[in-house]
Amino acid sequence: MSNRPLLELKNLSTHYVSAQGTRVVRAVDEVSLRINAGETLGIVGESGSGKSTLALTILRILPMAAQIVSGQMLFEGEDLLLKSDEEMRRVRGKRIAMILQDPMASLNPLFTIGDQVAETLRVHEGASRASAWSRAVDLLKAVRIPSPDTRVTQFPHEMSGGMRQRIVGAIGISCEPRLLIADEPTTSLDLTIQAQYLALLRDLQREHGLALIFITHNLGIVAKMCDQLAVMYAGRVVESGPVSQIFNSPTHPYTEALLNSIPRMSDNRHRLTAIEGQPPDLSALPPGCSFAPRCPQVFERCRAQAPPEFKPLSGGAARCWLAHASRDNPAPLRVGSGAL
Amino acid sequence: MKQYIGRRVAYSLLSLFLLSLTIFFFVRVTGDPAALLVEPGASEADIAAIHHQFGLDRPLWVQYGIFMSSLFHGDLGQSFYYRTPVMSLYLSRLPNSLILAVVAMGFSLLIGIPSGILAAVRVGRFWDSAGKTFALLGLSLPSFWVGLVMILFFSVYLRWLPSSGAGTPLHLIMPAFALGWYFAAAHMRLTRSSMLEVLGSEYVKLARIKGLPESLVIAKHAFKNALIPVLTLAGVNLVIMVNVAVVVETVFAWPGIGRLLYEGITFRDFPIVQGVVLMGGAMIVVVNLMVDILYAVIDPRIRLGT
Amino acid sequence: MTITSPADAVSFDVERPARFAFMRRGDFPLVPSLIFLVIAFVAVFANVLAPHNPEIGSLTARFKPPFWQTGGTAQYLLGTDQLGRDVLSRLIFGARVSLVVGFTAVIFAGVLGTALGIISGYLGGWVDQVIMRLTDTWLALPALTFAIFLAAIVGPSMWNIVIILGAVYWTRYARVIRGEVLSLKEREFVRLAIVAGCSKRTIMIRHILPNVVNSAIVLGTLMLGVVIIAEASLSFLGVGVPPPEPAWGLMLSDGKQGLMVGYWWLTVFPGCCIMLMVLSANLLGDWLRVKLDPQLRQL
Repeated sequence: MSNRPLLELKNLSTHYVSAQGTRVVRAVDEVSLRINAGETLGIVGESGSGKSTLALTILRILPMAAQIVSGQMLFEGEDLLLKSDEEMRRVRGKRIAMILQDPMASLNPLFTIGDQVAETLRVHEGASRASAWSRAVDLLKAVRIPSPDTRVTQFPHEMSGGMRQRIVGAIGISCEPRLLIADEPTTSLDLTIQAQYLALLRDLQREHGLALIFITHNLGIVAKMCDQLAVMYAGRVVESGPVSQIFNSPTHPYTEALLNSIPRMSDNRHRLTAIEGQPPDLSALPPGCSFAPRCPQVFERCRAQAPPEFKPLSGGAARCWLAHASRDNPAPLRVGSGAL
Repeated sequence: MKQYIGRRVAYSLLSLFLLSLTIFFFVRVTGDPAALLVEPGASEADIAAIHHQFGLDRPLWVQYGIFMSSLFHGDLGQSFYYRTPVMSLYLSRLPNSLILAVVAMGFSLLIGIPSGILAAVRVGRFWDSAGKTFALLGLSLPSFWVGLVMILFFSVYLRWLPSSGAGTPLHLIMPAFALGWYFAAAHMRLTRSSMLEVLGSEYVKLARIKGLPESLVIAKHAFKNALIPVLTLAGVNLVIMVNVAVVVETVFAWPGIGRLLYEGITFRDFPIVQGVVLMGGAMIVVVNLMVDILYAVIDPRIRLGT
Repeated sequence: MTITSPADAVSFDVERPARFAFMRRGDFPLVPSLIFLVIAFVAVFANVLAPHNPEIGSLTARFKPPFWQTGGTAQYLLGTDQLGRDVLSRLIFGARVSLVVGFTAVIFAGVLGTALGIISGYLGGWVDQVIMRLTDTWLALPALTFAIFLAAIVGPSMWNIVIILGAVYWTRYARVIRGEVLSLKEREFVRLAIVAGCSKRTIMIRHILPNVVNSAIVLGTLMLGVVIIAEASLSFLGVGVPPPEPAWGLMLSDGKQGLMVGYWWLTVFPGCCIMLMVLSANLLGDWLRVKLDPQLRQL
């Protein structure tokens, strides 16, 4: 087994261009990430941070208005951006799979569960109807759906939300992909079901040696599930690294603020901490660091120049001038702090 | 599902009742229904007989009772011109209109659905613009004018097709085309918008994520879902076609109920006119009901009771 | 590892709203509007523009073809019909009929349908039920057949036709407007008005009505084409505006006689006029619809 990462994104950028060509939204901006086989990478950010677009970019299923403008996506050494449409189609579902957020909407209401689970097997592996069907039953068992033999002939609306999401999961693992991207899979589930589902994902990952990219806005889930973490803001990865390290000593002020905003039972604080300001308009980003308007530790340089990625000695990476400061000189340079 | 069907049936019965009430009301609204119900040039004695038969001198609700009871017996009155019961006239002409409507509907679906799908799949590009132009023309050209122009071309100039009457499949081509033209455009529009909506849905997105070939995504996942509203509309439109065909049937002298209606007004034969309207409305109500029931059977969400 | 340069500022097109700017934009349907204006102009000034009297013909000049064909003369530019009447003049006067009947019927249907829609939607209860059942029943009746039925009862005349068409088509408005009213009822400003003690009548007229006017107008544009074709159909069948008033549909009906012998101008020209008018109405309606209410774009 080589040391090569399973998936490596290098300076990936996806832009949405308006019909007249006048407005450009930099949904994904110079993103570099890597994930190794069997690892779980969490991608965290507010709505509009670009995390879903990133997932769609990896699979190259973007709406017409979006274009991948630069970068590389190396999956098992091959650049996915260089693949033809037909080659990419064969990657989807078979080598890289994805789970969407709303299971009711994801399943076609007019076809049986069995049909929809067996589909990938029939298309990617040429399985016959009979064998695909029986493997579908096995897959339902693997995702812990009770009485799979009867369930397999039923329709999506006859199932509960939790079961539907498991079925979507079954579809995801059906062809034994190397990488599974889960885009907020538990957001629409009840809290009680969430924990079960996450446990299921964990087990599936272990059994099949899956790498998992878990997109969420919930840091609690990240703490439970993920090995590595990437924090996205305004289309950029502002901090990345091992989960425990980031949770213990975050470098980027945004990460810090996110962590602080999680209410804890042991808190003595009387008020919930929120991050001041609004998420930015992605078509009109300010020059310099995009978090500068809201950053509690902002200084002159932040507003003038967008920070590149720095790798602080502690490991990981952060897009922040603070990280730069801590590498060159121990006392970070602050000329006039921002709010707080 | 049984509950659903039960409700729909009750609702349809109510509609039929209100329909008869409306027609009854309008005939009486002019104040002198005898003028309509009596043949032109009738004698005093005839007029008196009509007064008696319809109870015109008795209170309204009694008149309505008489009206309804004759309806229940399938008695729509007697045609002045043909001297036969309107109902039998109607039933003898109905098959012709149905044939015309079915062929026209087939034509409209054959053109409308594929062009709608093509326009949706190639949205914003050539086929979409072509489709939209076609739709616009279809909805702007009166069907009878299309028929007249076709006669000019194919009967008068080219002498390929007969210009009137019925009897051979050749007679059917032009009227069906003229009748179906408008509906082809309407179906194309609906198919296009329905398809666009389906193509943007999450399950189509997942189908693509699963790596299914685009042809399968469209043919299997998108198509069936997109078709539901179109077929619903088509079912309803079939009956509308039968009724709207009055002008096309007149142009081509096609012996259907549309032409019967035309004869009714030309010959001032009011029982025919009233009969056609009543039957037309009743047909629509019944067909709507059948379409709803069919829908319930096909769509598993309703069948298994969401 | 590269150092990113300062982010580029993204530029917008700054829209400078000028008074008639909406006309200059690519999507304003210039041609249909012009066609419409021309037709309206022709209809208004028909007396002046028409070269001949549309109702009186010269029996010596029957079935003359348009001037560019052999046998045609410049006197009767587009030919004559079976009574020797000038086709062009009849077309010009026919525009008047189509426009008047079309617009009036649409407005009548609109006013009636909107009023009933508002009443039904806002008052609810049994009023709503009654009006809705009536509407559904009315909708079940095929429009053209019903119009013919009514024409047979009241007898055709221009104003009767307007009333009949209005009576047939108001239901389309009522349905849609009622739906809008139902959702408007839940909005804040309506609730505030109720709390402030406004009478139901006041609320319906001053608060609800202005908010549904847009939809009514949009529907009106959709209905205009339909009504014009309906009027032409009625005239074609002989129950429309009665002769000697020239209506395009009537011209088509007369023209049918000459069709089999190849007198094509009696059929093609009136039909083209109908088509142009309906096409323009539809295109204008499409544009208006998008401008007034983008949510209705899929109608």
